[in-house]
Amino acid sequence: MKTLFDKIWDAHIVQQIEEGPTQLYIDRLYCHEVTSPQAFDGLRARGLKCFRPERIYCMPDHNTPTHDQDKPIEDPVSRAQVDALARNAQEFGLNHFGMMSPKNGIIHVVGPERGLTLPGMTIVCGDSHTSTHGAMGAVAFGIGTSEVEMVMASQCILQSRPKTMRITVDGKLGKGVTAKDIALYMMWKISTSGATGYFIEYAGEAIRSLTMDGRLTLCNLSIEMGARGGMIAPDETTFAYIKGREYAPKGEAWDKALAYWKTLKSDDDAVFDKEVRFDAADIQPMITYGTNPGMGMAVTDRIPTTDGMSETEKSSFEKSLAYMGFRAGEPLLGKPVDYVFLGACTNGRIEDFRAFTALVKGHRKAAGITAWLVPGSWAVNAQIREEGLDKVLREAGFEIRQPGCSACLAMNDDKIPAGKYAVSTSNRNFEGRQGPGARTLLASPLTAAAAAVTGVITDPRELL
Amino acid sequence: MKQKFNIITGTCVPLPLENVDTDQIIPARFLKATTREGFGENLFRDWRYNADGTPNKNFVLNNPAYSGEILVAGKNFGSGSSREHAAWAIADYGFRVVVSSFFADIHKNNELNNFVLPVVVSESFLKELFDTIAANPKSEVEVNLPAQTITNKTTGRSETFEINAYKKHCLMNGLDDIDYLLSQKSAIETWEKKNK
Repeated sequence: MKTLFDKIWDAHIVQQIEEGPTQLYIDRLYCHEVTSPQAFDGLRARGLKCFRPERIYCMPDHNTPTHDQDKPIEDPVSRAQVDALARNAQEFGLNHFGMMSPKNGIIHVVGPERGLTLPGMTIVCGDSHTSTHGAMGAVAFGIGTSEVEMVMASQCILQSRPKTMRITVDGKLGKGVTAKDIALYMMWKISTSGATGYFIEYAGEAIRSLTMDGRLTLCNLSIEMGARGGMIAPDETTFAYIKGREYAPKGEAWDKALAYWKTLKSDDDAVFDKEVRFDAADIQPMITYGTNPGMGMAVTDRIPTTDGMSETEKSSFEKSLAYMGFRAGEPLLGKPVDYVFLGACTNGRIEDFRAFTALVKGHRKAAGITAWLVPGSWAVNAQIREEGLDKVLREAGFEIRQPGCSACLAMNDDKIPAGKYAVSTSNRNFEGRQGPGARTLLASPLTAAAAAVTGVITDPRELL
Repeated sequence: MKQKFNIITGTCVPLPLENVDTDQIIPARFLKATTREGFGENLFRDWRYNADGTPNKNFVLNNPAYSGEILVAGKNFGSGSSREHAAWAIADYGFRVVVSSFFADIHKNNELNNFVLPVVVSESFLKELFDTIAANPKSEVEVNLPAQTITNKTTGRSETFEINAYKKHCLMNGLDDIDYLLSQKSAIETWEKKNK
């Protein structure tokens, strides 16, 4: 009578501190350049080495430019941070996929695609979107830099056990409705703090029917509901995805691993601290209108009014709409868009590029739209070219940039200018997230593609 | 940063907004430093300064009426990115306590790991506290970690807050989790042998 989460968590308990957190063993630590330098400094200050360096994988992704990666990074501060990661990885003897390595890319895209993320693992990274890896049936969550240092020093972390929540989505998804829309719908329904304190397991027919890339998108966004993480029980879809990947077990090790992975599901009589149920038929293509990811609606809807809101809610809501330049009660369809961003650890995988390409095929990029199409990794980039998607995109007026986090958080040059509207497949529409003053509307790759060819906010179903 | 924590009494800085995310606490473009120091000057950067770099007079940190080591914020404080830089910015600016009715998980841990105490209070306590501070910016609050209480000194209203015994011990004695984990090496190795 254990949940999937309980099985993996319990298997990794080293010990329980009395009236305190659990000491949990960590199978994989992923590190990027932004949240690791102070952890390495901490180790040096204490005269420590990494306890299990072979379990740690590092790669730069946040600062990497999306052009001319073969040349030194122009911004000296970004360059210093990327160089520091390379130096630290070498000094501490860690695996490092540097810029221009064919293995480089966004850490949450690379982990699964290389077979580094496997079912049953505990995985952490100094990045809130570590929840992504839960799609493979792992317990994966984001941590702070002090905690990164903790794991480097001991391969363990001290963590309070979260509560468990199961979100079941019954039924079949409608035309033009993607994993991104499921996630935006959930955030809208349960808010950006509705799952705080919980670890989510996603279940139900609509979830089972998602491909691995779709599941990765959904789990990626668990943190946007406040959850510690989100996971999906591994099944034949998962096993088929992993088999043959570079770091995945092979031969006898594969058979042994597979037998274990097949036990990784919640028991029929498992009890969750909270259960939530949605019907796939209620989910439409979604878009956000405000400055947190829970401020979403069906793309055909109107922005809500302040009726029934408390004073604090109202002032936060009004501040948000003022930032976005929108009015309460108005529709978004037909509103002009300036930028379109396809990419990020949320929607930078091959299927996202396939979906975007399928929609723009036979159309042209609208005049006045600046489109940034950024693959999540060099492997995704290679696959795009192998499938000839690049040719279709080029004919429609789009070009593909080099991999990295890019405009999702604008730590490189890819900044949306102040006041401009961007339909973005990334994960956060916070004030200034994509550049100071930038106005972000989160949506799926299909909705982004529809905006890219029409120049205005459009229901993608009209173009499918 | 490893300051021992006991009782703090003082004035508060109010931020009556909900869902203050870590991108607002410290925007991504300031995350490029490779040390832990100096983040305080960019705390709430885009609310605190205008686009031309001049201070935004309407933002609370630029209002000389308000000061203190206690930040009071609306619910769901610290949501979004896991960046510990947000906690470093709060600590570096000089805050030692953050009071809210609800904290995002990762940020809460980050505060604790930097000897900043997140204090969760009820919505009604929080509302009363905002009202008290608005009426008189010099109103004081007492945060008593040993007793796990927070008291609005103006109204006399007091609430207890939760913190696990382990973390309380760490804060009161200036110890961090790494100190603890380093003392547990043999337990870790035993676990590894069993789970090969």
